[in-house]
Amino acid sequence: MTTNPATTATAPQMEAPMTTATLAEPAHTPARPLSDTIAVEVNDVTKVFTSRPGLFNRKKIGKRVVAVDHISLTVHKGEIFGVLGPNGTGKSTLIRLMSTLLMPDTGSVRIFGFDVEKDEAEVKRLINRVSVEASFFKKLSPMENLMYGARLYSVEPGLARRRIAEILRSLGIEEHSIWSPMEDMSRGMQQKVAIARAFLTAPVLLLLDEPTTGLDPHSKREVQAAVREIRATHDATVLLTTHDMQEADELCDRIAIVDTGRVVALDTPAALKAIVREPGGPEPSLEDVFLKLTGKKLEDADKVD
Amino acid sequence: MTLAAPMQELRASYAFVERNINLTKRYWGWEVVWMLYTIANSLAVVFIAQSVNTAVGEDVLTKATEQELILFLAIGALVWHYLAVVFETVSDMISWERWEGTIEYTFMAPVKRSTHMVGTALFSLVYGLIHTAVVLVVIVVVFGLDMENANYLSATLVLVVGSLSLVGIGIMGAILPLLFPEKGSQMTHVVQAALVLVSGVYIKASEMPEPLATMSVFSPARYVIDGIRGALVDGKGVVDVAPTLVGLFISGAVLIPVGVYVFSIGERYAKRTGRLKRNG
Repeated sequence: MTTNPATTATAPQMEAPMTTATLAEPAHTPARPLSDTIAVEVNDVTKVFTSRPGLFNRKKIGKRVVAVDHISLTVHKGEIFGVLGPNGTGKSTLIRLMSTLLMPDTGSVRIFGFDVEKDEAEVKRLINRVSVEASFFKKLSPMENLMYGARLYSVEPGLARRRIAEILRSLGIEEHSIWSPMEDMSRGMQQKVAIARAFLTAPVLLLLDEPTTGLDPHSKREVQAAVREIRATHDATVLLTTHDMQEADELCDRIAIVDTGRVVALDTPAALKAIVREPGGPEPSLEDVFLKLTGKKLEDADKVD
Repeated sequence: MTLAAPMQELRASYAFVERNINLTKRYWGWEVVWMLYTIANSLAVVFIAQSVNTAVGEDVLTKATEQELILFLAIGALVWHYLAVVFETVSDMISWERWEGTIEYTFMAPVKRSTHMVGTALFSLVYGLIHTAVVLVVIVVVFGLDMENANYLSATLVLVVGSLSLVGIGIMGAILPLLFPEKGSQMTHVVQAALVLVSGVYIKASEMPEPLATMSVFSPARYVIDGIRGALVDGKGVVDVAPTLVGLFISGAVLIPVGVYVFSIGERYAKRTGRLKRNG
């Protein structure tokens, strides 16, 4: 069993770090060669949601919300790429567009060269997503939930059972919890099971939609360590949405700051902070960057939302 | 043409069977309640036959005709229960996942929607058969029915082959909770009520008033119920019910792909308008 230095250095709380051996190999053969360097290519994408007047109440006024407003960005293979912004700025919509759960109104989204609309099946084999709310069958145990996932992703059942137990133990899930209903677990534990489920299928692109929101600091560090682990041991690309400035700063190689559906800046954390750094002044934070670029504090933007 | 891909899809469809078996085990208490409700419901319908003489104040039914009416109603109640279980399990596959919050996870998985539906339908057939068998035993014991003449093999064949059409209609019904997150599930009950009305569940389809009698011609459930009454009451063998089986098979073979196609249109619309979201 090998230990990843990156994980142990940054997250001593993690009881037994993940290893490459615990990850299943992807059970797929892509129809076409994958893009060598570009993991995600979002090209001038727009997504607008329109609520219609009620069927029996025509006076009810329909609402139009521009969730994603002409966003273009590129994520390189092997990156941890952050999408940072307050609630309601289109971060989750962007992830859903990449996950084939939504279709863009204009523009295109390509995952390793595959178009999310035209090559939906290929894209689905390459990705997995962890959402802000752990989506599980609450009466089922982690083992039962993950076996369901393993079968959907064509992981051999015998192998899956062994690896599920290994991965869950490595994430600090106790033995008895593996077989107990998910509803008996804390939110932090459920989120770790969600991470384990994503690891099990060994995605080459891992989409994390605010995976640490609402977690206690200890669980947050464990989830962050797990994210570094999958990149380090499995050569995965990670796209992470968050409104946690510190998390984005520590975890991401590059960050796109989004506000009202638009990308207002995109660069490395250091380069973004350099925008607002003043000679002789204190080291700026990403909060300062957000304030400078949008004219509002992140917490205030959350409240307005 | 390689069989590897279809085999992989078939194996993936077992994900839905296993998941539903696990959910049934975990909700076993509610399964018992559901079973008791079904038994009570079926008994209540069949008791109507026993109360006819008392209700009208004279012996309009002989003991033999009373037994015939009991069997007629019992088969209607049982078959309808089975078909309703199949229809509901398939049509509720979306509302259940939305309620649990797993809909996005399942729709993001690399399996075809037809695989999703085949898995759900397989489970519904087995679950429905077990449920119906238990209720049948209770009714036979409570009413002391004479089932010596019954041909169970042809009855089961009609039931299973006839289920295919209901699976197809159920898949179309599943679009409703997909497109109408708040009330779509209840709307599937409207479809179910329309089917029970025109399918001759508690009245012979040929004796229904117009336009119901004409509408019943287009309901596959009518032929399932007629076929099973023939098998259980008249003891018709497989050869006798073969024309019904062929008709029901053709109906299922048409309705399932049509259902999957219609559902795929609904799924694309849901993805355009953002209706796959877990909370609607």
